[in-house]
Amino acid sequence: MFPANPQYHYEKEVEPKVISSMPTTPEPVLARVDSIIAQHRETLGALMPILQGIQQELGWIPEAAMHRVAEALSMPPDKVYSVVSFYTLFSTKPKGKYVIRVCESAPCHVEGAAAIIAELEKQLNIKMGEVTPDRQFSLEFTSCVGICGVAPAIMVNDEVHGNLTPAMVSQVLSKYK
Amino acid sequence: MQFHRAHVLVCHGTNCSLKAPQSIVDAFRGALKEHGLEQEVRVVETGCFGLCEQGPTVVVYPEGALYCRVTPGDVADIVAQHLLKGRMVERLLYREPALVKTVQTFPEAQYFQKQVRVVLRNCGLIDPESIEEYIARGGYLSLGKALTTMQPAEVVKVVSDSGLRGRGGAGFPTGLKWRFAARAERQPKYVVCNADEGEPGTFKDRLILEGDPHAVLEAMAICGYAVGASRGFIYIRGEYKLSIAMLETAIKRAREIGLLGANILGTGFDFDVEIRLGSGAYVCGEETALFESLEGGRGEPRIKPPYPTDRGLWGQPTVINNVETLANIPHIIEKGAEWFRGLGTPSTPGTKVFTLCGDIVNGGLIEVPMGITLREVIYDIGGGIPGGRQFKLAQTGGTSGGCVTEELLDVPMDYDSMAKAGTALGSGALLIMDDSHCIVDIAKSFARFFVHESCGKCVPCREGTKRIYDIVDGFSRGRGTARDLELLELLARTLYMTPLCPLGQTAPLPIMTTLKYFRDEYEAHMQGQACPAGVCPGLGSGLTKEVGAW
Repeated sequence: MFPANPQYHYEKEVEPKVISSMPTTPEPVLARVDSIIAQHRETLGALMPILQGIQQELGWIPEAAMHRVAEALSMPPDKVYSVVSFYTLFSTKPKGKYVIRVCESAPCHVEGAAAIIAELEKQLNIKMGEVTPDRQFSLEFTSCVGICGVAPAIMVNDEVHGNLTPAMVSQVLSKYK
Repeated sequence: MQFHRAHVLVCHGTNCSLKAPQSIVDAFRGALKEHGLEQEVRVVETGCFGLCEQGPTVVVYPEGALYCRVTPGDVADIVAQHLLKGRMVERLLYREPALVKTVQTFPEAQYFQKQVRVVLRNCGLIDPESIEEYIARGGYLSLGKALTTMQPAEVVKVVSDSGLRGRGGAGFPTGLKWRFAARAERQPKYVVCNADEGEPGTFKDRLILEGDPHAVLEAMAICGYAVGASRGFIYIRGEYKLSIAMLETAIKRAREIGLLGANILGTGFDFDVEIRLGSGAYVCGEETALFESLEGGRGEPRIKPPYPTDRGLWGQPTVINNVETLANIPHIIEKGAEWFRGLGTPSTPGTKVFTLCGDIVNGGLIEVPMGITLREVIYDIGGGIPGGRQFKLAQTGGTSGGCVTEELLDVPMDYDSMAKAGTALGSGALLIMDDSHCIVDIAKSFARFFVHESCGKCVPCREGTKRIYDIVDGFSRGRGTARDLELLELLARTLYMTPLCPLGQTAPLPIMTTLKYFRDEYEAHMQGQACPAGVCPGLGSGLTKEVGAW
């Protein structure tokens, strides 16, 4: 299914559990992956910048892209997967167009994050960790993002919204609808 | 160079900018143009003033008038009244919470009077994108002084003599770190700036980098000279978009005028800095985990020793310092170790940047001398607890720090005194909570954080954090027993002694301090099946009728 590297043969039971929702990743997408690899492969510790580039470009990191990266950097694909799965900003599944990250660390919790979460779930009609059926919004938790001065806060992609009350949630969401 | 009769400084820190200062800046530029003042008045986008709760803030110089909660609609008033006619707009001026005084200029406000600004001295005063303004405030003077008049060993000595201790949380003497790295013989050596600020409640590094990025670059170059390194890395959180942008501009400008790169100031010293981004892992703030991540792997801590000054990044001798630690360096080189020792306490000289959040009137960023008491910070600077409620507890040092109650408010805040009081100064986060909160609910929030952030490398932390959460969660659902409390204490002791890195070691601290001071509340959850604050769902509120925080 994927351009597997014959050097690394998987036994069935240790096959990494990466579930791509696309059966194959189209060639133009992989070409974009290749250009990101070419851009960073000479830097020391290239894996992180490359994965960050792919995540930024595609919004997620498909399995086929991980194989490309592994091949380019001459490392086993499982090493790439282990890194991708370690960091919360990397995703092995496609996300919504707008990723809503809700801080639930203590400072936001104290200022009422739970009510914001309940309101977001109600408005979008999905649970935390899910994507809306129209793929517009993903809803997920994040650890503290350092905007505690205006807790409770959420991030919608790169934009920060703070000092939220449940009543403000629909107003924030309407900006992206 | 063009001179202006007045300057309008608009805070562009993340905390303010999410309330849209760009539109305020635009409104100012538009209104000034309308009145034909654009040649006379300059609008500057600057770093954080610290008054995040009152944001967006605008300061108008030369008077230093401090306007709070400014909206684009208010701009026309400020321009027409203040800048054109010289009358301050009273309704927007900062209001002292305790004194109900209205006319407040920037230096007059009590919020600023108790503060001593060393690290933040440029934040909110200069345009962080302008290297010229940084230089005009004495920037890069220390680098020049170090390179041209001091031997590397002298630089290390000044930093050692100053008694500066790491501001990232552990409080390790910075001079000692530099000395070890300078003594190491292998090349290349590296300088790493730890800007992977993940401690909940901490946002100081973000605002320092947003407001004064050059201070960190200058300090890294000084450090490189002192220890014999020519390459530096700044490892910063991927979420800190504005800090990253400010750093990129700063590095570019410094390279252009020869303050970074080859042959700095004609002395033959080479030093350059690269930015590397994190991808969302709290544990990467631990130094060896940060190296693993920078090298392109899972951010899992290494076994120490060897220490970073011996084998750090790519196995080479490395100095790794926190943003705030580095931001102190240029001032220490410029003014000397004696001056620095004159601030703070004998065991911990200098100042500390604290971030105030939670139930407090003036949440935000402050810098005070070490040794100030929590009471002064909360009541004199922070303006006290809002809504007439009672202070219940404060958590110092972020989620990995401990909790303190009323009787510990007069302990001087420095690394040693706080540790003696059973808590930690940590990164300087102060989370203040009033009496509407349920202690079990708060503890559950702490526990959940560690379950999520444990990297999974060592068993005590991976399993221990999960079990702590299960027990605390049990209490919040009314299932807790006396045996659970015993288990919790046993588990906390084990977790304190056995994990690989400080993440696991500090995980039980916040929970155990809540248990120490509020055991009765835990017991109320198990015996009377009631949550005294009425927060935990499914439990009746036994003692009071308060509805709780939400």
